[in-house]
Amino acid sequence: MIKAENLIKKFGTSTAVNNISFEVKEGENLILLGTSGCGKTTTLRMINRLIEPDSGTVYINGIAVNKQQPEMLRRGIGYVLQNHGLFPHYTVAENIAIVPRLLKWKSADITKRADELFEKLNLNPALKNQYPADLSGGQQQRVGLARSLMVNPPVLLMDEPFGALDNLTRISIRKEFRRLDELVKKTIIMVTHDVQEAFEMGDRICLMDKGEIQQIGTPEELLFQPANNFVAGFLNDQRMLLELKSVFLIDVLPGYSGESSLTVWDRMDNLLHPGNNTPAADQLTIDQLMSAFAAYKKR
Amino acid sequence: MEQTQSFWQFVAQQQDKLWSQTWAHIGLTMISLILAILIAVPVGILITRKQKLSGVVLGFAGVLQTIPSIALLGVMIPFLGIGPKPAILALFLYALLPVIRNTYTGIMEVNPAVIDAAKGMGMNKWQVLTRVELPLAFPVLMAGIRTATVINVGVATLAAYIASGGLGEFIFGGIALNNSNMILAGAIPAALLAIILDFLLSLVQKINLKSIRVTYLILPFIFISLSSFYLLPTQIGGRMLGGFTPEFMGREDGYLGLKKIYHLGIETVVISDAVMYKAAFDHELDVISGYSTDGRLKAYGLVILKDDRHIFPPYFAAPIVRQDVLDNHQELEGVLNQLSGVINDSTMTSLNYKVDQLKQSPEKVAMDFMVAHQLYKPAKGATKGTIRIGSKIFGEQYILAQMYKILILGNTNLAVETKTGLGGTKICFDALTNNQIDFYPEYTGTGFLVLLKPDKKTIEQLNGNTDGVYQYVSNEFNRQYKIKWLRPIGFNNTYALMMRKEQAQSLHIESITDLTNHLNQK
Repeated sequence: MIKAENLIKKFGTSTAVNNISFEVKEGENLILLGTSGCGKTTTLRMINRLIEPDSGTVYINGIAVNKQQPEMLRRGIGYVLQNHGLFPHYTVAENIAIVPRLLKWKSADITKRADELFEKLNLNPALKNQYPADLSGGQQQRVGLARSLMVNPPVLLMDEPFGALDNLTRISIRKEFRRLDELVKKTIIMVTHDVQEAFEMGDRICLMDKGEIQQIGTPEELLFQPANNFVAGFLNDQRMLLELKSVFLIDVLPGYSGESSLTVWDRMDNLLHPGNNTPAADQLTIDQLMSAFAAYKKR
Repeated sequence: MEQTQSFWQFVAQQQDKLWSQTWAHIGLTMISLILAILIAVPVGILITRKQKLSGVVLGFAGVLQTIPSIALLGVMIPFLGIGPKPAILALFLYALLPVIRNTYTGIMEVNPAVIDAAKGMGMNKWQVLTRVELPLAFPVLMAGIRTATVINVGVATLAAYIASGGLGEFIFGGIALNNSNMILAGAIPAALLAIILDFLLSLVQKINLKSIRVTYLILPFIFISLSSFYLLPTQIGGRMLGGFTPEFMGREDGYLGLKKIYHLGIETVVISDAVMYKAAFDHELDVISGYSTDGRLKAYGLVILKDDRHIFPPYFAAPIVRQDVLDNHQELEGVLNQLSGVINDSTMTSLNYKVDQLKQSPEKVAMDFMVAHQLYKPAKGATKGTIRIGSKIFGEQYILAQMYKILILGNTNLAVETKTGLGGTKICFDALTNNQIDFYPEYTGTGFLVLLKPDKKTIEQLNGNTDGVYQYVSNEFNRQYKIKWLRPIGFNNTYALMMRKEQAQSLHIESITDLTNHLNQK
């Protein structure tokens, strides 16, 4: 679906991105992870040509992006920014109508699609006539997402989409977004510096440092088969948590027959805070779960 | 009595003039403003794109802003002549900086994330500019336009100095004629104009623009419709054009007298005497109201039309001194009177010529003259106090002030401080009565008609009577202000109508009556 080949970008004497290549399959979520200045945002912006690479090419559906007119290219790619980038002089309704208007949609179609997205994103329709400044941070981020989804683009680029939110809002919005059917089908490339976010949202993670890819793979691969010391060190602080969150029950418990997407972390949460969750059918205890997990790790 | 009429009476009486001046003022302000906006907004946008240029452009516009308005108007005249053109160009230049700077600042202050989003969604450069950057920069941009408007309303008053009309005609006429009503009749509308325009623009500023296109259409319409009023007062249709100073326009012994006694019907514009002679020389004007001793008379080949019906009263120059100064410094009167009878009309004209045309300094001209006439003595050293000499803002007065300085330093133990260039009569006289200066050279006619403003009967009685006028002002100044007129210096710097020599000769015009007859024949 998206293929980046040997991308190089220099700003003055410093190299922001040094010969990067990766591929994202249709419907996949790739996370570009790394510290500030590692080149992840530059990489993202080279996909929709907000930055032109010094050399190398990006292909979307096999067509090189630099063969397309930048404006037309961008209208077909959803783009979500850290500071939402809503137009302060436009109402919410006008903001989300920007791309459809550029594509000359009819007003009725715009309204219909907006109503649909408002419902899916849990936004109060009364917000439509308000200005971005009147909304809370969470609402602004949802509107920003709604705006990028209006014309249902197959590809979505997200640059630290939750970066401006407080911790609690971030976690709850992240959960919501993961369940959103609009996002499930999309090919998404998302930039973040938050390791947990990367592990929660990503099918695959591309860990970058100093303009180069250190490792690209699934969360488990990064955790259990780190390519080098940098990768291992980068994840070390939160290793325990990440492991619990990225290992599925089905892999730990022989003969498990429950839901396949549940992780060890989910099950632990269920056991430790039974009040909040529906009790599981099996008779598993926390000790049994822990020893099963330890056994899985030794393998 | 005529001179005590109220402000409202004056306004009612001068209604037509007031309206035409106000429209001209609005026209000057608006046309220059539109031009400035048309240039400055694109330039402001350009320097947001080419950041390297921003320093140079803003610096240059800033330098323009620091040029004194009078100087800027003066610089324009050789290229653009007189009238609205140079005034509009000067105002245009003044309006550039605030508009360029605010366009630039406004756009630079737009949140980069918003611009990034706009590009990321697929807007092209023009759409980003007109739908995002300009609408968001609009309040700041409008603030710049408001600043420029207020500056232009103020500076446009100075346009009256170069025959462009506007409310400056009343303001400067009033200052010259010592007529507070006239000053206010110009100043109050100018201030109101600034306030009203600023208020209207503040309403525009509050509009929330989704896209700048709307304003592209609306603003010019407002501006242009306002500007068209400007066309009303500037249709000059006469065969001959007279350029008179604001002071001359308002005086009985000036334009009013010309109309009343000679029935002179000539198209007129108001202009500063600083540029009047040159404008006549350049065929911009045909008849001007000059001074009979002016050096430029000689320089520009102009001739004086004979005042055959004697409307211009005698204007003999003499120092006027506060009596308390003479009492404190007994020796002063005799010293100042040394100059009496020394300078006649043609001597004064050639002294003025040296200063105005040969660009010699008044100090040098005064010194040369004093040395040649054995009036110069080396300074005796100042021990007894300081005398402050004032002068009005033209060459002849500078020369006289310097001559008195030389006399005082050479013959007394007093120090001298000169406060030259005190604007018009009113400013000088107020400085004298308020103890800001101790004396200045004044003219008998000015003291008589402008400062004392006697009733009609007295004016008619003393018309043309040189000694009578001098006696009258001496007595009245002493009685009313405790100011003493010393002996006249000798020359008579009276008003005179002048024309170019060739034109006067070819039309056989020698006197003002000839001029009237010429204008009346169809």
